[in-house]
Amino acid sequence: MNTEELARLAQQVCERAAGNEQIEVCVSTGRSTTVRAYNGEVESLRSGVTAAIGVRVLDDGRQGFASAGSLDPDVVADTLEAARRNVAFGESDPHQRLAEPDGMEPPGLDLGDPAVLSIPDSDKIAAAIDLERRCLDADPRISGVRVAAWSDGWSQSALASSTGICVQTSTGSCSIGAQPLATDGDETQIGYAGDAARRPDDLDVDRVVTESTELATGQLGATKPPSEHLTVVLAPSVAAAFISVVASVLAADSVLKGRSPFADRVGSRIADERLNLVDDPTDPATLGATNFDGEGLAARRNALISAGVLDGFLHNAYTARRSDTASTGSAVRGTRSVPGVGIHAPVVATGDIANDKLNASVSDGVLVRGVSGLHSGVNPTSGDFSVGAWGHRIAGGELAEPFREATIASTLQRMLLGICGIGATAEPLAGGMSMPPLVVADIALSGV
Amino acid sequence: MTPTTPTITADSTGVGPLVDLDVVDATLREALRAGGEWAELFAEDRSSTGVLFDEGRVEEMNSGRDRGVGIRVTAGDVTGYAHTSDMTPDGLADAARTAAAVATRSPGGGTVDMESFRGDGTAEPRVEVLPTTVGEDRKVALLRAADEAARSMHDAITQVTARYADSRRRILVANSHGICAADDQVRTLFSVSCVASGDGGLQTGRETVGYTVGWELFDDCDPAELAQRAAQRAVTKLAARPAPSGEVPVVIARGGGGVLFHEACGHGLEADLVRKGASVFRDRVGSQVAAEGVTLVDDGTMGPEWGALRIDDEGHPTQRNVLISDGVLSDYMWDWLRSRDDGRAPSGNGRRQSYTHLPMVRMTNTFVTNGDIDPDDIIADTPSGVYVAQLGGGQVNTATGDFVFGMTEAYLIEDGKITEPLREGNLIGNGPQVLVDIDAIGNDFAMGHPGTCGKDGQGVPVGDGQPTLRVRALTVGGTAA
Repeated sequence: MNTEELARLAQQVCERAAGNEQIEVCVSTGRSTTVRAYNGEVESLRSGVTAAIGVRVLDDGRQGFASAGSLDPDVVADTLEAARRNVAFGESDPHQRLAEPDGMEPPGLDLGDPAVLSIPDSDKIAAAIDLERRCLDADPRISGVRVAAWSDGWSQSALASSTGICVQTSTGSCSIGAQPLATDGDETQIGYAGDAARRPDDLDVDRVVTESTELATGQLGATKPPSEHLTVVLAPSVAAAFISVVASVLAADSVLKGRSPFADRVGSRIADERLNLVDDPTDPATLGATNFDGEGLAARRNALISAGVLDGFLHNAYTARRSDTASTGSAVRGTRSVPGVGIHAPVVATGDIANDKLNASVSDGVLVRGVSGLHSGVNPTSGDFSVGAWGHRIAGGELAEPFREATIASTLQRMLLGICGIGATAEPLAGGMSMPPLVVADIALSGV
Repeated sequence: MTPTTPTITADSTGVGPLVDLDVVDATLREALRAGGEWAELFAEDRSSTGVLFDEGRVEEMNSGRDRGVGIRVTAGDVTGYAHTSDMTPDGLADAARTAAAVATRSPGGGTVDMESFRGDGTAEPRVEVLPTTVGEDRKVALLRAADEAARSMHDAITQVTARYADSRRRILVANSHGICAADDQVRTLFSVSCVASGDGGLQTGRETVGYTVGWELFDDCDPAELAQRAAQRAVTKLAARPAPSGEVPVVIARGGGGVLFHEACGHGLEADLVRKGASVFRDRVGSQVAAEGVTLVDDGTMGPEWGALRIDDEGHPTQRNVLISDGVLSDYMWDWLRSRDDGRAPSGNGRRQSYTHLPMVRMTNTFVTNGDIDPDDIIADTPSGVYVAQLGGGQVNTATGDFVFGMTEAYLIEDGKITEPLREGNLIGNGPQVLVDIDAIGNDFAMGHPGTCGKDGQGVPVGDGQPTLRVRALTVGGTAA
């Protein structure tokens, strides 16, 4: 099925809306391939095709949802009926209605580069094997590569609603990832890096090899640091992880439901004035770019934090109606889930300290190159966080010995206000994203 | 156009194999035609229901359905895999050829031993009441009762979210070596999450109960009582002070503390990681890796626990595997591929998230067995430290053994007594070190909360458990100076 046919199918289901019923249908098809290499050979090649439908039915403020992994006509009909059955048990919320067209023009991005469709399997295998070999050759201490993988995918989707929305999208992407092992005597350390892009020639294999192997070798000899409060430099990938968490608590659903520490703070300083954060899904360079949000409204650029002041929250149609404002085009969803609220493509403005001068600006502290346990270590309601951390000491303004088996802890609120430096260059991350390193004062490092 | 015959012969009552066995046979033969040595068909039919009760009302009721097949073909160390939701004979044959395309390096190729197919490819669900036979209004009533119980518990409770979920997963696994096995897995889960507001901000409390059972879950579980416990956790934390920062003795309450072992050493005992040199426990079988008295077991047969299965996702019966016996590493966990390479039997630990995924070595229900100390004596014998009453999720770096896990409810221990509540934080430790640092094991074993274990992008349901135990020193990642 092409996207036109998917859109027609979605519209046909929406046309079955009866009475006060509102229907929204999301349909998608996809294909994907993943190749893993090991010991110079293909270890596995996995490929497949998928199809999915998600039907949301609203009736008098009540919501029901059903989804299935097939677009067979009988399945489509069953899914609509299941969503209708589920509506009967929903309870009314006057704000719960589908998004209405808002006249906003989508950015008109061409995100469906067909280049990924024409890559022969032999090239994908060669890419994975080459990635493994290059990691092994990068440093004599690299003793193996746990994962050297290539993946690609192509998906087509359409979304239609009985309020007159009908949009369609094709997107393709490919990615590589490596987990090399560095060994010295009895000690083994593992590194990781990856990249993703819309076109295979945009993948930065050199960066993935260098970054993943240096992360592994750089940790050899790492020890547990003493516990103290100090200034930390967050490497770009770590900064990006924290910014994603911050963005999640700026979603209006958590605000409305009393689960965000930043409720009632619009217009107030919530971060150091150096921090500027926007959501920009209109930049086609990032994989977060999109023409439409999860309810079919135009994706748009939204300022979230300007000079440390909270500009506003991200909204989908429901949270906007409940807050008496307009959707910011921030509905995010999969085909098989109801639209939530979230950030598409976070961008942090660069600062004024050259990246290679950041350590000197800190004098004594730590550079955090990786964190673990983000899913269990951040409470987005209270803002408390405590996550596993590893990286290097900074002593006398110079990078010093590596540390591991430690945590960094604070609250999101204090961390944002404690930003005391931002790198002048945004460094590339997977998926076309880029992020400058951040310097944050007064973080608790726990070790010995 | 080739005429196609639907091969789904079973309706939702679970009668008959997911794919007709003649079609299974033909598909496996097709998969081996190009020279593969071994082929497997994995069929899955999953349905689920979820109800989300938030802000005092049913916010969403949803249902989902998924059916599909994954075909795996191996030749030497090469594995080809293809998945499809097209379960017609032609769709399966296409997938078989796609899977076989990369696995063709064997000179002779394998044969299908259908004559020795063990089992008829069917299984009955092991539940008393299928959740699908229960009216949705009864599910909503439980959620409402939980919401009301939590809100009436304390004025500080400002938000309550309650969730009900059930799932049914029917699988059929057949391979060219004659395995033909099926399972019908039903799981039911109920969770409550509360927000309490106080002068110091917001705090949260959560309780979850889930078993590999049907609606009979609620014979023994009172959602209102569960909700009150979640509310109490949130309210207690309003008065919490910052957790300490640094190494302290840590007593972990019975039950969910088992997640510590899941992270500290469970993953490191998965044979796929061991084989690639990515585990600190490689080459350690037969060695003392933990304190005496520590016995660690992974047991997929442990019905009705969350990680219970009759067969794994490669068709092998699950079993009770003793991994560490009185401190000595006795074995790793195995899937088919890794056990084939080692010339031994699999241990029933080959699992996958769905038909779109390749199986790999995974845990089921992982737990530490009882010691002989009264848990009250363990606390009384701890002059100062931290008591962890409830744990969140964790993560491990298997190459170093460094792991973290979240404490979602914890208290100070002062002079042998549990005293003030602590704010949330992560604990960090090193698996091999923690195992030898266990210096007290209680006699009050319990299983913990249902969990989802993530590995290489796949999530599977797992259980864990332990008696109260003490670790001589763990790093608490708090903020207190």
